[in-house]
Amino acid sequence: MSVIERTTKIYEGSRIPSPIPTTLQVDTSKHALEDILTINFGPNHPSTHGVLRLVVDLDGEMVAGLSAVIGYLHTGFEKTMEQKTWWKCITYPERIDYVSFQVNELAFVLAIEKLLGIDVPRKATWMRMCLSELTRIHSHLVWLGTSALELGAISMFWYTFDDRDATLDLFEMVCGTRMHTRYFQAGGLAEDIPEGFYAQARAWCKKMPKAIDEYEAILDRNAIWLKRTKGIGLLSADDAIALGQSGPVLRASGVNWDLRKNMPYLAYDEVSFDVPVFHEGDVYARYRVHMEEMRESVRIVTQCLDRLEEMRGEPWIADDRKVVLPPREELHTSMESLIHHFKIVTEGYVVPEGEVYSCVESPRGEFGVYVVSDGGPKPWRVKFRAPSFVALQATATCMTDAAIADMIAVVGSLDGVMGEVDR
Amino acid sequence: MSLVPHVLLSSGVNGEPWWIAIVKAFIVINLVLVTFAYLTLAERKIMGRMQLRYGPNRAGPFGLLQPIADLVKLIRKESFFPAAAIDVLYIFSPFLAAFTALCTFSVIPWGPGWEIGGYQINGYVADLPIALLLIFAIGSIGIYGFILGGWSSDSKYALLGSMRTCAQLVSYEVALALSVLGVVLMSRSLSLVDIVAAQANETWYVLPQFVGFVVFLMAGTAETARAPFDLPEAEQELVAGYHTEYGGMRFGLFSMSEYINLITLSALCVTLFLGGWHGPLFPGPIWFLLKLFFLLFLFIWVRTTVPRLRYDQLMRFGWKVLLPVATLNAVVTAILVVAL
Repeated sequence: MSVIERTTKIYEGSRIPSPIPTTLQVDTSKHALEDILTINFGPNHPSTHGVLRLVVDLDGEMVAGLSAVIGYLHTGFEKTMEQKTWWKCITYPERIDYVSFQVNELAFVLAIEKLLGIDVPRKATWMRMCLSELTRIHSHLVWLGTSALELGAISMFWYTFDDRDATLDLFEMVCGTRMHTRYFQAGGLAEDIPEGFYAQARAWCKKMPKAIDEYEAILDRNAIWLKRTKGIGLLSADDAIALGQSGPVLRASGVNWDLRKNMPYLAYDEVSFDVPVFHEGDVYARYRVHMEEMRESVRIVTQCLDRLEEMRGEPWIADDRKVVLPPREELHTSMESLIHHFKIVTEGYVVPEGEVYSCVESPRGEFGVYVVSDGGPKPWRVKFRAPSFVALQATATCMTDAAIADMIAVVGSLDGVMGEVDR
Repeated sequence: MSLVPHVLLSSGVNGEPWWIAIVKAFIVINLVLVTFAYLTLAERKIMGRMQLRYGPNRAGPFGLLQPIADLVKLIRKESFFPAAAIDVLYIFSPFLAAFTALCTFSVIPWGPGWEIGGYQINGYVADLPIALLLIFAIGSIGIYGFILGGWSSDSKYALLGSMRTCAQLVSYEVALALSVLGVVLMSRSLSLVDIVAAQANETWYVLPQFVGFVVFLMAGTAETARAPFDLPEAEQELVAGYHTEYGGMRFGLFSMSEYINLITLSALCVTLFLGGWHGPLFPGPIWFLLKLFFLLFLFIWVRTTVPRLRYDQLMRFGWKVLLPVATLNAVVTAILVVAL
């Protein structure tokens, strides 16, 4: 077993030939073919984030060739959505990426609203922002716990999941469910914000930065963690762009691109936050980006809470009877309301003909929804731009000079959620 | 009575009748097995507490029956057998691993010895002049169990695990053996009983041999494949390493031999560096157990704390850090022993 010589500095320019390969072929000048052991990592394997299958050509401990095989979790979300009315479709994007449920829901709801041309009350906008950032922290906590677990730091998993639980408690309080909330509606929110939410969320905001400091104290002062992450899985800025990366992977490669800043949606232009950018392009930089993003998200949540507390008593959903269900008490007195209620529940609301692309910054990068409406109560076509799928394309490029253990670290750092990849 | 010559009944090893030695060996083996069973429970409990959870608490009060439940589960499982496995080696290797793990404990002294009813009872099962060498020799044979088990089960994961085990155990054994050389030089004996006696006269060797102690603990961690050196069975990489294809009690034997190796190693560490069974107030075996549990707790604590090394980092650490340090320690000790 020779010592693996690595250049810990990120390389310049691109090392991807054209056309872009997404698999790593065995370099026969470096490895003799009879030394190669081809092995299946997954789809059933402890660290493949679900059902990713990696066909790996090993030369001893070194990864000589690699190709990722996907599709084991294909559930046909996009096609199913064509059979459902618009307001029933909202539950589907959440389940595509089950870790960043609320952000995906937001992207789809924003797309419907764009087609409908409906005005959303400001309380709903700020609450959406608040919950999106909570989702981001939830997702990053899951990422941190599982990635550390994959490198053998088993305790981190329980620490982060404890804080994740506290985050999910907030969701439960607002939406009634801990995940897959279906809280965002076309036109606003499903229900008003419960009064106790503010106090609990503020307590959470106080606790969270300390928890993040603790995680950093556990990992950043650990020589083994640093050795396992620094200089591993290098991806230059040019390659990251060429491979269509977005989100933490792109920002860890030194590209300052965040849809919340560059193409603001909701009210992101009204809150102050920084976009963490690191230039090392390795697993450690990706870890740093995740940690800093959590801190920034706490900042945004705090600002959202400040604004939301001023908006007590304001409407949380648009007053458009063609799209929004009428208040419950009106059903007993108003014939009009009863008819609207009946129409929306049975047939669904009608969305004007047209096509729209709406994208948001999900915890994994640009999550986009492309929808086409033929003017009926059901979408004619739905297509998602899944950041995990794009991130997986970089697996092979990151994997030069990698040992088996590095492969696990790299796949973890790219943060693929297989539900989103396979859809 | 006349059929059994009197001389056979009274003669034995180290002044003790042979039948007492057999009874004692039986008791010690079973005590080691009980320690192993409750070490698994203690590990899960302690790790649970360190990770904000409870650990097993369903089987019996405080989960005390958990090891028995585990045993029943393992025994009742189907003895799975891969079709392409080499059958003799596949079945033989868990037994080899378990046997070698169990028999090394025989030379560890755990008490001063007593005289009951006119019979001499020693605080050890066997006192060999080459006890330390015996432990390393039998430990090396035990490695064959791990290597053959992975190789004969005809699985790529198990093969990779075997390769890692092979390389890791062989390279860390060198550092492990060199780290105890200082102790041997200071006590001028390879017999563990003599080493304990020498520590009672002078001081615990952990003080003069602190470097050796640290190297011994690190190399020992690697030797028993515990975190952060748990590469042979890194589940996030190799699923379960060399015993991927083992199920039921065969897997149980492998698991048992690993834990018993850990116990033996801790006991050896107690004997070599922490004064063995010597201590004030309590009787010898109690002190021995206290020191043993302290070391075992240390191993569990380390496991919850640190991530895993990469393969090349592990090898570099073993050959380029531990080995030179252990060698230097031995050389310096030798010079000092001769000079003083």
